[in-house]
Amino acid sequence: MKGWKQLAIGGRIEEAGNSACYETGSWRTFRPVRDESKCTHCLRCWIWCPDSAIKVKDGKIVGIDLDHCKGCGICAEVCPPKVHAIEMVEESQFSEKEKK
Amino acid sequence: MKSVAKCKVVAVTGNDAVAEAMRQVDPDVVAAYPITPQTELMHRFAEFVADGIVKTEFVLVESEHSAMSAAVGASAAGARVMTATSANGLALMWEILYIAASTRCPIVMAVVNRALSAPINIHCDHSDSMGARDAGWIHLHCENSQEAYDNTLQAVRIAENRDVLLPVMVCLDGFILSHTLEAVEILDDDVAREFVGEFRPVHNLLDVENPITFGPLDFHDYYFEHKIPEIVAMENAKRVIDEVAQEYARLTGRHYQKVEKYRTDDAERIVIALGSTCGTAKAVVDELRDKGESVGLLKIRVFRPFPYEEIRQALKNAKSVAVLDRSMSFGAQGGPVFLEVKAALYNHLDVPLKNYIYGLGGRNVSPSQIKVAFEELKHLAKEGTTSDQIGFLGVRE
Repeated sequence: MKGWKQLAIGGRIEEAGNSACYETGSWRTFRPVRDESKCTHCLRCWIWCPDSAIKVKDGKIVGIDLDHCKGCGICAEVCPPKVHAIEMVEESQFSEKEKK
Repeated sequence: MKSVAKCKVVAVTGNDAVAEAMRQVDPDVVAAYPITPQTELMHRFAEFVADGIVKTEFVLVESEHSAMSAAVGASAAGARVMTATSANGLALMWEILYIAASTRCPIVMAVVNRALSAPINIHCDHSDSMGARDAGWIHLHCENSQEAYDNTLQAVRIAENRDVLLPVMVCLDGFILSHTLEAVEILDDDVAREFVGEFRPVHNLLDVENPITFGPLDFHDYYFEHKIPEIVAMENAKRVIDEVAQEYARLTGRHYQKVEKYRTDDAERIVIALGSTCGTAKAVVDELRDKGESVGLLKIRVFRPFPYEEIRQALKNAKSVAVLDRSMSFGAQGGPVFLEVKAALYNHLDVPLKNYIYGLGGRNVSPSQIKVAFEELKHLAKEGTTSDQIGFLGVRE
């Protein structure tokens, strides 16, 4: 991380659209865990995710961006009840190695 | 002292003197809300706007909170911004004062010092600007209307210096200066404008080619790092204030220091004050000197950044020192000026000090009150200590 001598004056951000550089994953208390076998790729979670953390390629969900996911749980909430492909799991359940 | 550059002498109030300086600066934006005793200052400036004498965008806001918010927004957009307020108006700006300083907006604001409520009062004391002493603004105090004019012009240069980029308060005593007619030397418009120069902001929100963000969220990971440059800028201001003063002296013959030593060099007893009280204190010093007494006045012009080195230097031969405070820090060991002076001397100078709170809510400070302080300093010098560190001048028991 940058020291004070390297920062722009007055807390200003000189680079546009750089919020992707700010990793908010450490804020998370619950982690979304997606079950690939249940997921129908309806993309409701992708539409609703406020952090653009649902990774999609060629119309299919390929994973969750845990560097930015804050663990709000909206994805699990909007996942259709009959599908129920996303489970919110407490971060403490994951080992240090799995932590991200 | 006569000006070197072209000027004219006019009879103006302190408010008019600041308005004259603002006319010459012709700031891009002024956002202000009226409050006694600042009202006439903005009234006069509004006339300049209405008459087309200045090109300023004058924003009439619904409160001082909005005035300072608009000032910060305009400054972020690259404008040179000025405003003015007093007392409760300054208190209402509170939140945004800190934002202006830490967002590094070089706003210049006249603070026409007035007591904070309650009881409601419109007259002078320093509780308003002293309460804002930790907000990150530079504080310049004026002894008279000439200084109100001179400090306003210099404030623009100090604020906008690339090594500083902090907002500046020009503090002048409500009514005592703001509403009293004095002879003031006003520089020729061209001379004043050349001295102030063009404002070239580091960033500009309206520069769509180089988009930037002002005022983002900042947590435990970066907030601390963003505070350090503010400390450095305040430290840099000490040098810049002197440089600007030297340049101004070449134009006007009036050379401002961070502190003014009035007959202190060989003085055994020294009174420290700021603002218009210094004029009264100088007259008392002259009178006592004529009687052979060894007395002097140390006037503090710059309260933030606090000139502790100069104060140590000025007091090094004193036998006893009184610090006059026109406000109180409730629950503290004295008024704000006293606490600063005491801290400045700790580990450097062992001179007995006494604090006098005076003039609250515009209570007149007479020469006799200052004589009381000088008289008590005799005993303090002899005893070396006092059981009552805080005294009160001119209050009924």
